[in-house]
Amino acid sequence: MRLEYAAMVFSKSTDNKETGEMQPSTFAPLSARRLLVLGGIGLILVGMLFGDIFAVFVLHQNAARVGASLAAAAHAALAGDHAAVLASFQDVGSFLENRGTKVDTHVHMIDFGYLALMLAILQPWIAFEEKAKRGLAWLFLAGGTLLPVGVFLIHYVGLAYSPLQTIGWASIFADLGGLLVILATLGFLLGLMNHFRSHAPSHVKDGLLPDRSTESRLLLGGGMVLVLAGFLHGAYYAGVDLYRHEALDTSILTNMAKAAAANDVGTVDRSLEAYGQLQGDKAVNIAAHAHIIEYGLLAMMLALFQPYVRLRESWKLRWAYVLILGSVLLPVCVLMELKFGLVAGGLADFGGLLVIVALFAMWIGILRYTGELDSQAGDVR
Amino acid sequence: MSNSRRLLIVGGIALALWGMGYGLWYAVFAEHQALNGIGGSLATAFDAAARRNPGAVETAIRDYKEAKYVYDRQVDVHGHWIGLAMLLIVVGIAFDRVRFAERQRLMLASALLAGAAIFPFGVLLETFDHGAIPRGIAILGSGLVIVALLGITLGIAGGEAPSE
Repeated sequence: MRLEYAAMVFSKSTDNKETGEMQPSTFAPLSARRLLVLGGIGLILVGMLFGDIFAVFVLHQNAARVGASLAAAAHAALAGDHAAVLASFQDVGSFLENRGTKVDTHVHMIDFGYLALMLAILQPWIAFEEKAKRGLAWLFLAGGTLLPVGVFLIHYVGLAYSPLQTIGWASIFADLGGLLVILATLGFLLGLMNHFRSHAPSHVKDGLLPDRSTESRLLLGGGMVLVLAGFLHGAYYAGVDLYRHEALDTSILTNMAKAAAANDVGTVDRSLEAYGQLQGDKAVNIAAHAHIIEYGLLAMMLALFQPYVRLRESWKLRWAYVLILGSVLLPVCVLMELKFGLVAGGLADFGGLLVIVALFAMWIGILRYTGELDSQAGDVR
Repeated sequence: MSNSRRLLIVGGIALALWGMGYGLWYAVFAEHQALNGIGGSLATAFDAAARRNPGAVETAIRDYKEAKYVYDRQVDVHGHWIGLAMLLIVVGIAFDRVRFAERQRLMLASALLAGAAIFPFGVLLETFDHGAIPRGIAILGSGLVIVALLGITLGIAGGEAPSE
């Protein structure tokens, strides 16, 4: 397998020197790279759309229900009603599980999409035959889809027909999906190590990497700045707010419960309001931190795929600007949500939509490129 | 492929695998128990309030605080290991655009890889020891990541590097 790979790599290198262009062979129909690029961007798009729908139709309503159930528990404690306290906390648990599994679905789908794109870029360095690489790509995409779908279903399937006491079938399938992704990634890592041990490691050339177009540089530089800004914000949050928020969380809940035990209605209501504000403050900081880094990474990865985007140069640049604009708008407006409320929230959702539209446009550009390649191959036949 | 680039790409994939393995272990063996502990202690606190028992309230809230502290950090560790691993791979792939000599690039790559491994590890240690040492390790790790990223950004902004 290694000799075949070395011969393939060497022939690619020669072709590249002659033509100076990208090798269609690296992006052939159902090749590992094409599967991972189209599947990866597809996973990111679905994950982002799911996140936007979740933010608009579920997140705030769910937070209000959690707050209402906590208030009901506190007031039941005031009234000395044990049964109502426990029932309210069961509701809180159910609402939190609903929220948690939706967030996990969104995050895992997007992260697997990112990993798929990275593995797509690395394909020329994976020293396996194309058939084996294709198998690993399918395994990765199957696991990357199974895990988020399984996580999404956890809230609805629960423990029905489960052979285990705490883990239901949806969780079992989600974990299986995670295992498939690990196995596929491990396979690609072995292929990469195989490449480093092979005789011709320096002959691999890839048409994607030398690209220095304006849109590629904008996406790469913009992405780096976004990631750096995200890390600086995260460091600031960890240094200034994290421990204060944790201490406040406990002290507010202690005050609330003790006030309920002392039949002090005023303190219970003030604590409930303070707890809601604290949760909001924590949520916007974490969301801004996560999204700015996530979008920075996405911009950097898309910078590397620009040669595959078959659109006019002017449109490629416009979509790159739109993606960067949305990537800045969403986290900044999320941070301002506590001060400016729904206006900032709406602008944040619009920012997310800009990123989705720009990504979709690039995906269409890549599909056009694959169509062009396939029709050329058809002409030859 | 240069040594700096190889370090980032192989280190990134290894860190991603490590982070996913940790996440899988956590999801199967620890997460459900942790969530039950958080919910159960909070419910116990308010049930104790309903019984007008402030001592039991305090004990239950203390349990809640500890369970929540550990849960938040374990989720952060999983997320940061994988997030940083992806950053390592992407930066590694684009590393030929960093306009520094290979020696400086190797230093930046080593700092980024070390920071990416150490920072979440420090956060994980915080679940065993609430003292200053784990926190110091986490700060050192995040500092390394930020300084390396700053250097790489400057290297990319500085202009085009010669191709490898």
